[in-house]
Amino acid sequence: MLTIATGNKAVAAAVRELRPAVIAAYPITPQTEIVEQIAAWVAAGELDSSYIPVESEHSAMAACIGASVTGARTFTATSSQGLAYMHEMVNWAAGARLPIVMANVNRALAPGWNIWAEHTDAFQERDTGWLQVYVGTVQEAYDTVVMAYRIAEHEEVLLPVMVNLDGFLLSHSTQSLETDSPGDFVPPFRLPHAIDVFHPAGYGTLTGPDDYFRFRWDIERSMRNSSRVIRETELDFGRRFGRSYAPVEEYRADDADVVVIAMGTLGKEAEVAVDLLRREGIRAGSLRLRWFRPFPDLDLSGREVVVIDRDYSFGFSGILAGSLRARSRADPFSVIAGLGGQEVTYDDIAGFVRGREPGRELWFGVDRNV
Amino acid sequence: MYEIRIHSRGGEGGVTAARLLALAAFRDGKYATACPLYGAERRGAPVVSYVRIDDHPIRIYSQIRNPDLVVVLDTSVMDAVDVLHGLKPGGWVLINAPKAEEIPGHRSYPVDLTGIALSLGLVIAGSPVLDTPVLGALAKMGIISLESAKAAITEMFSDERNVRAAEAAYQELLP
Repeated sequence: MLTIATGNKAVAAAVRELRPAVIAAYPITPQTEIVEQIAAWVAAGELDSSYIPVESEHSAMAACIGASVTGARTFTATSSQGLAYMHEMVNWAAGARLPIVMANVNRALAPGWNIWAEHTDAFQERDTGWLQVYVGTVQEAYDTVVMAYRIAEHEEVLLPVMVNLDGFLLSHSTQSLETDSPGDFVPPFRLPHAIDVFHPAGYGTLTGPDDYFRFRWDIERSMRNSSRVIRETELDFGRRFGRSYAPVEEYRADDADVVVIAMGTLGKEAEVAVDLLRREGIRAGSLRLRWFRPFPDLDLSGREVVVIDRDYSFGFSGILAGSLRARSRADPFSVIAGLGGQEVTYDDIAGFVRGREPGRELWFGVDRNV
Repeated sequence: MYEIRIHSRGGEGGVTAARLLALAAFRDGKYATACPLYGAERRGAPVVSYVRIDDHPIRIYSQIRNPDLVVVLDTSVMDAVDVLHGLKPGGWVLINAPKAEEIPGHRSYPVDLTGIALSLGLVIAGSPVLDTPVLGALAKMGIISLESAKAAITEMFSDERNVRAAEAAYQELLP
């Protein structure tokens, strides 16, 4: 069906197609209409899921974990403070190898109170063992939730997936949306280590120094496997539904002398900046990172790089800029822009490229010399 | 790309008007994005919503700086906000008022949306409904087709007075 929807409604619509057995959420700010819409469908009998309104995000993830260990498909959604409050259980979900899918609406962390777009909330969870993907359009939000279940539940992955969308900019923006039924694109899955509730027996989770590292390595091995599973899933999605995605969305990057690297809606806005710069004779391109975990392979050789971080790791650098320095030979011009919903236009992005100084860091809107 | 900025007060339907307009444009076969500018919203506070309409997918999420059209659902916001800020030379202004003064360099289109809503009894929580009649006015201005305006309203609202309100605004707006 072809209609229009907000990013929130698109995520909810995809979840409805996947019919999780259990959905748990805590409906308070900064929670979004994602779970409000899902709760309405469950109440109206349009979605046959158990909806558990819990008393905190920590409990929301705990409820998903409890359901998931029985092999049930689960979903929850959260945002900024809620994700931070959930942190302990976020680790547990990955360590217990549970293919939970969670939508996170990226918002800044308080104080000061601010529920506008920023990526630091999700980046603070980057080392938990979750796969992380960041979307740039309403359609992509829908499609990526569908793909997230297939990737998470793949027997060579069995790790949770966090689907991220920019607060307000995408969560509350309305665009066209095509909602295809996934059909057998996401097959029913069987959790190999599921607890049989009819013959209940649990696992002791105490894991001593002789074994703990083996489980950690197993997470990393699956994370490495997931790169191939992600690629296969994106290619099959394109074949079946006609909409193609890649771990890194390239725009006019083939012959570019300078590439802008950004994530989420800034990655889309950067494409417009690229068109502007090309008209000025600057051979610019852009790379929009969809997947942040696993971190994609990037070939940046022979090109200047301007990286935009809508996040920061205090005392270090922009988190994306730091990742690029670690995983490539790039010495990017690092721009910190869009924190807490700070307005960043395609004109601003074009300005970053024109004024680029490799190796330096610019805090957009802040007068300083470092 | 055609860019529209809608000024209203919280609770008057500016955000819904933007979504309806995007839906109608989409039914016309265009691409459209509606982005409300979220502040610390509360009932009665000035609110801004943006709509972009284009023949190609829209990749811009930042605010509209230079709109082609400004819609003013509540003239009282004009005391607090410069609604003409950044409006393109020759740009249009649609104003919810029985009549409007000339605006040098721009073209103003007055239409009494409040009167239309009240005459049809379209009042919710004490406020006249403005988001559906404004679609009729926008159709008369050629931003969307009247057929798509009515289709969008029917998709989002079951009370058929909303469609009649749009038709009334379409009739009343002077081309």
